[in-house]
Amino acid sequence: MNHYRQIFREGMWDNNVAMGQMLALCPLLAVTTSATNGLGMGIASLAVLLLTNIMISAVRGVISPQVRIPVLIVLIATVVTMVDMAINAFLHDLYKVLGLFIALIVTNCAIFGRAESFASKQPVALAAADALSMGLGFTWVLVAVGAMREILGTGTLFANASLLLGSHFAWLETEVIPHYSGILLAILPPGAFMALGFLIVIKRMIDRRLPASTNNGLVTIQSHC
Amino acid sequence: MEQPLEQPIKQPQPSWRDQPLYQALLLGGACAIVSLLLVVGNLGTQQSIADHQIADKLAMLAQVLPQSYYDNDPLSDTAQLSSPALDGPATLMLARRNGEITALALQLSIAGWGGIIDMILATTPEGELLGVRIISHKETPGLADKIERPKSDWITGFDGKSLANTSEQQWAVQKDGGRFDQFTGATITPRAVVKGVHQGLLLLNQWRQQQPAS
Repeated sequence: MNHYRQIFREGMWDNNVAMGQMLALCPLLAVTTSATNGLGMGIASLAVLLLTNIMISAVRGVISPQVRIPVLIVLIATVVTMVDMAINAFLHDLYKVLGLFIALIVTNCAIFGRAESFASKQPVALAAADALSMGLGFTWVLVAVGAMREILGTGTLFANASLLLGSHFAWLETEVIPHYSGILLAILPPGAFMALGFLIVIKRMIDRRLPASTNNGLVTIQSHC
Repeated sequence: MEQPLEQPIKQPQPSWRDQPLYQALLLGGACAIVSLLLVVGNLGTQQSIADHQIADKLAMLAQVLPQSYYDNDPLSDTAQLSSPALDGPATLMLARRNGEITALALQLSIAGWGGIIDMILATTPEGELLGVRIISHKETPGLADKIERPKSDWITGFDGKSLANTSEQQWAVQKDGGRFDQFTGATITPRAVVKGVHQGLLLLNQWRQQQPAS
């Protein structure tokens, strides 16, 4: 049980995909013009991550270390394509909203990162837990960045959420600042860098207040894509 | 890399797994399996996807052209038109009732900011716009996607316009001296849509003049 708690903590905070590992920044910066878009991308990434982690963990005994990277790449690309086709065929209304994001998941190297550093070495249950925690951690950062940009940029929050989640969620759509002309910068790409930068600053400030023991003096190698 | 949660499970590494032949077979096998999966996935979904695309097209047509206008199948009563100002061929769909043309629908593509914008427009036989809708686009979400009907009613600003009641100069966004609004921070997208609609109308006009007078 302890493992699961640690996995959850890593994904949500300590080693969060976007704020700790600094991975998946290109989909993050590209789609977070609103909280709803962030949520859509988060859900789609979570689904793909879960599938790929389970699959790769299940076949980890067969894959030899020498050719693991090309094998993982074809597996991930296949899962993304299959998810794309399946949602298009069977959940067509959702596809009209999420279609753009699903193709973008291929550019998300967090998926590959988890496959390489975790799923290919751990049993299926732990790999699934890791996918859930990393996916949820990524989702909340996407929603947070999206919400910051949306409030500053257009004065609304979760606008068009009912297109993504169905009309039951229309109550999510709020106008935070009525008659607001908006700071355009927040919607434009620089706004994404700033919102993410402030989030990371806040995270590091909180980490500094926390007892140092949580950090273990561990240096995370950051790679970018 | 992060600290592993537990020691990686040590599996006995038989020496045959280090053989080049095994690597080749593994890679080939993985590619064969995923190709098979993709073929099966494609076969299983393509019919459904094609049906949805036709349904989407009819639904899109219904937004610019009420079903009461026609009793034929406009999706098969078509003609291909082309114009150098457009990006790709345009498809003309004819709506007829009792064989008489009641409306013209034109599907066309024009380059926007992020890629090709696909749109459909419908006019009366005289060339007055019944409506315009965007079918697909790759414009910036949250900024330029106000060209979509569910997100904004900007696109309905074209209703009722024609080459007769809107002059050459007026077919432009306000920033360029025309009569159509642009969006804050996104001028290129609405500019492209206005251009697409204008070119579409010109193309329909040209097509109409080529028809034998009846």
